[in-house]
Amino acid sequence: MTMALGEVIFFVVAAIAILSALAVILHPHPVYSALALIVTLLQVAVLFLLLDAQMVAFLQILVYTGAIMVLFLFVIMLLNLEREQEPPPLSWRLGMLTLGGLLASELGWFFLRRIPPSLARTAKLDADYGSVTALARTLFTDHALSFQITSILLLVAVVGAVVLAKRGTE
Amino acid sequence: MGLEVGIAAVKALVVVLITLQLTVLLLWVERKGSALIQNRIGANRANIFGVMPFNTGLVNTLMADPLKMFTKEDFVPEGADRLLHFLAPFLSVFPILVTFACVPFGDELRVGGMTISLQVADLNVGILYILAVASMAVYGVVLAGWASNNRWALLGGIRGSAQMISYELAMGLALVSMVMTFGTLDLQTMARAQGSGLGSFLGFGKPVLDWLPAWGIFYQPFAFLLFFTAGIAESKRIPFDLPESESELISGYYTEYSGGKQAAFMFSDFAEIVLVSALVVTMFFGGWQIPFLGREGFAFPWGGRLPLPHLVIVVGQVVAFLAKVFFFCWLQILIRWTLPRFRYDQLMRLGWKMLLPLALANVVLTSVVILLAQ
Repeated sequence: MTMALGEVIFFVVAAIAILSALAVILHPHPVYSALALIVTLLQVAVLFLLLDAQMVAFLQILVYTGAIMVLFLFVIMLLNLEREQEPPPLSWRLGMLTLGGLLASELGWFFLRRIPPSLARTAKLDADYGSVTALARTLFTDHALSFQITSILLLVAVVGAVVLAKRGTE
Repeated sequence: MGLEVGIAAVKALVVVLITLQLTVLLLWVERKGSALIQNRIGANRANIFGVMPFNTGLVNTLMADPLKMFTKEDFVPEGADRLLHFLAPFLSVFPILVTFACVPFGDELRVGGMTISLQVADLNVGILYILAVASMAVYGVVLAGWASNNRWALLGGIRGSAQMISYELAMGLALVSMVMTFGTLDLQTMARAQGSGLGSFLGFGKPVLDWLPAWGIFYQPFAFLLFFTAGIAESKRIPFDLPESESELISGYYTEYSGGKQAAFMFSDFAEIVLVSALVVTMFFGGWQIPFLGREGFAFPWGGRLPLPHLVIVVGQVVAFLAKVFFFCWLQILIRWTLPRFRYDQLMRLGWKMLLPLALANVVLTSVVILLAQ
């Protein structure tokens, strides 16, 4: 049985994504953790590309790896965070493990219910699927309200951050 | 299938080689150009064994300099993070070179029944791709600064990341107004849209203003200024070279680099100059378009026609594109050797309090005009 090129790419990318995601939480150095997170986000962008969602893929790179992760690294370097000298206490680790397990099982339950066991591979996509036009049409017609609410939320967050930062300096 | 992959590979190779050549050529132009501006002679000790009949400064920069750089000792400071210190130069060069995949350097070449688009990758999100990949270049700067275990380098890296994020916003917003004007994110479609006369493009009818080509600069002059300024800031050169300002930070983020890796950082700066020029040319100066030159030949608005063979047109367009790109490279070098460096607070004020609001205002203005024109 031969695999299509897309499937080979998928498994390689998925493996890298999982490994780097593990590195994010397991590596003792915060800078390396942030770099591993960047790698994970890039792999997710490639997965979007494999799903013909070019716009989402490049927005993912632009927003997450191009801006947010740069700020992460910026803060880590500004605070001069070093390698963790000793592991956190056992109670803390157990608590986090429980929380993480809960979240993982919730996500797993959700995905198992939502996604049919075998995805229909032969489903035909529209010619402009994933293109800017198609995305904009859905975003500004079907989801116009949630789009507006999200932008107001972001605006509130920005104003809140500025207010908090101002209070510190006075 | 095999032929298509082969053609794509050849196109990619050609684009990378052109970029490399332009970049090294710019190094020479920078030396001779700065000498011209400062009333010096410039690189002139380049006669091989004294037997050449003329000054071979160009050859010196193109061959001897890279050879010297790559045979120098590759120094890694004590206490540096060896892996990231090694990776940083590559992370700085690679994204810039990859962005050229979306820049169209000509229209279509028709050879023996085949149509070859003179653009490596035809993405419908071209501009987004370029912004996304170019934004990855900041990691080279940040990691170089951090991995060097040097305070000046760290300061340079932190300055670099703050500066590049700040100016990316203004750059992106300037592009948004261009995207709204052309109604596409694809650079090739943008370049094609600039082929008509200005009057026809704006809908005034044929006779009015058709003496001017429909280049982006004529209807988005503010976007051009904003994009060009932000672009120069992104390439981290004077007046925006705070990340490497040698009078405060030795060499900033690449203080602890030597030999080939230091050359890689210099190279990525020059490649960014070429990239900014290519984008400016494609969006604001018609890309590969030559005014009045259509697919059959020249068709002048005052009625003359001059048919030309297909191959001449294609070659002419590619040459026109390269000439325009070179002009803007030269303009950036001229700016670099003319202006003094900004202070850091001035840099941040320019980015956040001037360029960003102006770019936003330009977006609003553009959308109002587009709405009224409908």
